[in-house]
Amino acid sequence: MAVNYSVKEEADGHPSGGVGVPGGGAVKTRKPDNTAFKQQRLPAWQPILTAGTVLPAFFIIGLIFIPIGIGIFVTSNNIREYEIDYTGTEPSSPCNKCLNVSWDSTTPCTCTINFTLEHSFESNVFMYYGLSNFYQNHRRYVKSRDDSQLNGDNSSLLNPSKECEPYRINEDKPIAPCGAIANSMFNDTLELYRIDNDTRIPITLIKKGIAWWTDKNVKFRNPTGDGNNLTALFQGTTKPVNWPKPVYMLDSEPDNNGFINEDFIVWMRTAALPTFRKLYRLIERKNNLQPTLQAGKYSLDIAYNYPVHSFDGRKRMILSTISWMGGKNPFLGIAYITVGSICFFLGVVLLIIHHKYGNRNTSADIPN
Amino acid sequence: REPPPGTEAYIPQRFPDNRIVSSKYTFWNFVPKNLFEQFRRIANFYFLIIFLVQLIIDTPTSPVTSGLPLLFVITVTAIKQGYEDWLRHKADNAMNQCPVHFIQHGKLVRKQSRKLRVGDIVMVKEDETFPCDLIFLSSSRGDGTCFVTTASLDGESSHKTYYAVQDTKAFHNEQEIDALHATIECEQPQPDLYNYCFTKKSHNTNCLIPGVAIYTGMETKMALNYQAKSQKRSAVENKALINTVLKYVWQSEPFRDEPWYNQKTEPERKRNLFLRAFTDFLAFMVLFNYIIPVSMYVTVEMQKFLGSYFLTWDEEMFDEDTGEGPLVNTSDLNEELGQIEYVFTDKTGTLTENNMEFVECCIEGHVYVPHVICNGQILHDCTEDLFFRALCLCHTVQVKDDDSVDGLKKNQLSRRSCIYISSSPDEVALVEGIQRIFPKVLCFCFRFELLEVLSFDSVRRRMSVIVRSSTGDIFLFCKGADSSIFPRVKEGKIDQIRSRVERNAVEGLRTLCVAYKKLTAEEYSNAQKLLQNAKLALQDREKKLAEVYEKIERDFILLGATAVEDRLQEKAADTIEALQKAGIKVWVLTGDKMETAAATCYACKLFRRNTQILELTTKKIEEQSLHDVLFDLSKTVLRHNGSLTRDTFSGLSTDMQDYGLIIDGAALSLIMKPRQDGSSGNYRELFLEICRNCSAVLCCRMAPLQKAQIVKLIKLSKEHPITLAIGDGANDVSMILEAHVGIGIIGKEGRQAARNSDYAIPKFKHLKKMLLVHGHFYYVRISELVQYFFYKNVCFIFPQFLYQFFCGFSQQTLYDTAYLTLYNISFTSLPILLYGLMEQHVSADTLKREPSLYRDVAKNALLRWRAFIYWTFLGVFDAVVFFFGAYFLFDNTIVTSNGQMFGNWTFGTLVFTVLVFTVTLKLALDTHYWTWINHFMIWGSLVFYIIFSLLWGGIIWPFLNYQRMYYVFMQMLSSGPAWLGIILLITVSLLPDVLKKVLCRQLWPTATERIQVKYFFIVVSFFVSEVSNN
Repeated sequence: MAVNYSVKEEADGHPSGGVGVPGGGAVKTRKPDNTAFKQQRLPAWQPILTAGTVLPAFFIIGLIFIPIGIGIFVTSNNIREYEIDYTGTEPSSPCNKCLNVSWDSTTPCTCTINFTLEHSFESNVFMYYGLSNFYQNHRRYVKSRDDSQLNGDNSSLLNPSKECEPYRINEDKPIAPCGAIANSMFNDTLELYRIDNDTRIPITLIKKGIAWWTDKNVKFRNPTGDGNNLTALFQGTTKPVNWPKPVYMLDSEPDNNGFINEDFIVWMRTAALPTFRKLYRLIERKNNLQPTLQAGKYSLDIAYNYPVHSFDGRKRMILSTISWMGGKNPFLGIAYITVGSICFFLGVVLLIIHHKYGNRNTSADIPN
Repeated sequence: REPPPGTEAYIPQRFPDNRIVSSKYTFWNFVPKNLFEQFRRIANFYFLIIFLVQLIIDTPTSPVTSGLPLLFVITVTAIKQGYEDWLRHKADNAMNQCPVHFIQHGKLVRKQSRKLRVGDIVMVKEDETFPCDLIFLSSSRGDGTCFVTTASLDGESSHKTYYAVQDTKAFHNEQEIDALHATIECEQPQPDLYNYCFTKKSHNTNCLIPGVAIYTGMETKMALNYQAKSQKRSAVENKALINTVLKYVWQSEPFRDEPWYNQKTEPERKRNLFLRAFTDFLAFMVLFNYIIPVSMYVTVEMQKFLGSYFLTWDEEMFDEDTGEGPLVNTSDLNEELGQIEYVFTDKTGTLTENNMEFVECCIEGHVYVPHVICNGQILHDCTEDLFFRALCLCHTVQVKDDDSVDGLKKNQLSRRSCIYISSSPDEVALVEGIQRIFPKVLCFCFRFELLEVLSFDSVRRRMSVIVRSSTGDIFLFCKGADSSIFPRVKEGKIDQIRSRVERNAVEGLRTLCVAYKKLTAEEYSNAQKLLQNAKLALQDREKKLAEVYEKIERDFILLGATAVEDRLQEKAADTIEALQKAGIKVWVLTGDKMETAAATCYACKLFRRNTQILELTTKKIEEQSLHDVLFDLSKTVLRHNGSLTRDTFSGLSTDMQDYGLIIDGAALSLIMKPRQDGSSGNYRELFLEICRNCSAVLCCRMAPLQKAQIVKLIKLSKEHPITLAIGDGANDVSMILEAHVGIGIIGKEGRQAARNSDYAIPKFKHLKKMLLVHGHFYYVRISELVQYFFYKNVCFIFPQFLYQFFCGFSQQTLYDTAYLTLYNISFTSLPILLYGLMEQHVSADTLKREPSLYRDVAKNALLRWRAFIYWTFLGVFDAVVFFFGAYFLFDNTIVTSNGQMFGNWTFGTLVFTVLVFTVTLKLALDTHYWTWINHFMIWGSLVFYIIFSLLWGGIIWPFLNYQRMYYVFMQMLSSGPAWLGIILLITVSLLPDVLKKVLCRQLWPTATERIQVKYFFIVVSFFVSEVSNN
């Protein structure tokens, strides 16, 4: 785009003195003001998109996008990611026995899956659980929560929003936390062991820092009242129907219990798509000498509580390292490279057209 | 003849009062009537339904999101229409309250015009307008005559003589008249002006005209000619609506499973399956109804309303003389100004100034122009002497202020400052011209005795006088149209004069030829005898008179010719030429007679020298049957057209044979009259076909309603062209109302036309700028506005639609409520509104200089299917890019550097951010005229979006029952891939449009684009040379 300032003089904007009202303003005319705005003569930049002006832009975009794309692609390829499906639909799977687990089963169904990491995970590792075919973005589901209750509002605690129906009141007691989202909270427990010469070495999984800081500290709050005894604060409410324990028994640590339990907060951020993953645990790198997860054999212990078979869902566990641009995602890099190349190619095409037909515009006569 | 005395003769018919009502609402019915009018509009009704649906069933968005904008639209429109109607009320009141003198109990009483009742006796003074139709009872002139102009009815300002009713003409004072008991029998009111009586403007010295009010109020013929002011709905709006309505009927899949984690409530589960499917369907409707947003109507209304101010502000359209600028009465039709295909213009007062002036005379082949003669270089020879004598004598002009009958003869001598009145404006012009330039000639003027007047009639088209000079010679002077004089001439310089006359006629001057012959006493007595006999004949008097005239008026000696100019309005020819270059067909509709009208058409270059004139007049039809005439004409036109079909795209090229059609009122009514044998449509079609192939059409001798009929005929013809009617007098009102766009000239003839028009301009020449510049701009602006609105809402809603496939068809919204509501109201509304007000794709001067650019937008070029499909494609493409771009960015991966996950609201916000930026930048690409306001609005909108999002997500809003947006926007901005994704998606979305623009401009440039590039390069080279000089 080239700069093309209108040749119209600024002077046009000044009211012309001479043409004014004759006779010293005795006659009041409706003569419009001669201002640049009213006469549609404001000084203006009048760019036109022609092949000549757009060409450089195409080349520049191409030249910028392709390196960025390559950078992203390389970064993405350097990320280690390992994924296990532990749904147990295949009969050979260790978790097959738990496939038809139900909410009201008294004994937890546990299964263990062994796997091998071919490459070591050098930096911090993030452990996710992933669900498929789970419509967390269903309208009825998304709205089935009471943010005031979760923010510690005492009146909402005892009188949850109507949006929570049919998970609002159970046995004449308000449910805390109410709603379908909370009710269906993911409750499998995953534990990771490294198998080193047949000994299972547990790997420390950090359960804090998995939720957004603002959620944990501002958006989600336990009800307020005398003392810090959560049991007392949640007095008068009942646990969600599907939960084995009430909300104040989610964790032993007081700053990770109740509504501010991070697993709960993570679950409450509804996913955008029916196949999603949620951050479960962090594995921090201990020291600089050893990789966080070295290559080798591992086993995953699962307390299989969460039924997904009824809606044809899948459950996964994912281990991933993270770069500045997140996890493994070849899409962005490829897209950048593609768009950059297309722009470059179009630039070349335009250049040819410009040279071949370029004179047509300027030499062509204006039809009268 | 005498009315039966007493009351039994009185028919207790209910007569309306004399109030004129052109307003639509009253104070009481405003609210219901206006609401009804507004909801009659499909769009408003539709939004009302949506709003009701949202109230009744559980839908994804709250009723507020559609209710508030709807309320806003309805209120704004109601205020606007109320204001316009208030103005109409004010104008009506001014009209209704103008004072009228009438006689009551023998005294003169002043009353308001609206209080006039049928049967009142009205006194009208000189130069007053008649408040209603009247019967002329008596005048202050002794002979019971008055002079009346019918300018406000048919536009003719010439004076017509009317005679008082014989029985009452002796009444002279109020008492006498008050004593009058009379019954008037009259027909029911009817719209044909020429059959019965007229409302007129009196124009006579000391003339008090008492009359009886016969028809009053809405029943006066004037008001009957008005057609009900129907709400004109702009064609563009219609098309946009039809196109958009079809788009949103999405097929919803109501199947919904009910997994354990997401159970329904009891009442929901129990609901009838059919009912459930239906409510789901309605919910989808609600979700997708944003695609035709209410705000579009607000924006369009505002654009039209505010945009019309640029018209009123235009300095070039301000007339210094009258102190008037253009007026906009309805802003609904702004864009139609850019779509005009037919212009119907009145002649008198519109094309011409309605002000005759004597320009030249040609005596014996020598041409004299007034100022030359004034310089005294005149040769006093016999012929000239006779010529001017003939002019001085041969007319029927009367002198105002002069009661004596012989004013006819010696008006020149009596007073020089007096005013002449005649039924023919040409004669006045001639006499005035002679008086002005010939103080000297008058010196040798002799006293003449008027012996006979062979008065003018339209068949002979000439008049003669027989006079006896003081020396006793008897002369016959004859003056008339060239066609009726030349065959009767036996000597004189016929060829020179004829060529001069023909030249003048083409110049648009009204020419008259003057001839004389000397009569011997014997001849005179013969003639006198013949005349006497004919005049006294009881049967066939007309015929016999004509025969006698024929006998007497022959063997003339040609003296010369005069030329009178009905001065054209300033730049009328220039304007018409520009309009024709712009591909607009110009028709002149006039009440005048054919010759004058044709002369004007030549003068204003409507007909050119090489235009072949086709006549379809009463005269011709009398010779042949209408059928034959029509077929002949169509054959002529079509044969020529058939050979030139290839050329039709090039339009009016000079080498192409132009046809001009002249048709008169009588012929037109024959064509329009349905025939008994059922083939009624035939003539009309044929006539239309002929008209379509003529570059210019002149319709003369038109009654006001016939003008409207013509307009309607064209309006309803199969191409449905957009028509414009322009006129200045009340006789043009029906045509102005009938045409799509009616334009009134704020002229001398009163403001009737201006008040009833959609736009009023001071002069005809302003039409050029109005159509070529303002109309073009308005059209370009509104078409971009409408299509852009559609585009941006496709971009907005289509991802929403795609999202349904990923959320179990649950009507989950992709964007937060605040974004849904504010998208059209604030994030993307102002830049397009500003574009709609300020855009100038080429400069106004260029548009004015190159009328052919108007063809680029003709026939709704920018809103045709192709353009519409392109915009739709662009919208869908962009929407797909937004949605799937975000989808692949988010799908099953991590996009933060701290490993935390984003939810559905972040996903929606990302799509929305890309959307707002793309849509705004797309408009930026379309903007050709970047003033500081555009910069401010476009970049300001984006900044506002960011600030709003930061604020909206930055606080726990206490009044909301959900906090789903809390920190979502900021978290998104903290993620690198989100930034990269946003940049990538915006680039990809804009790419095809840029490419299309560049390629189309390079390979298939339109005239407009060539001009743009041309001026662009001129400016660039200018800057380059400036820089290199420095």
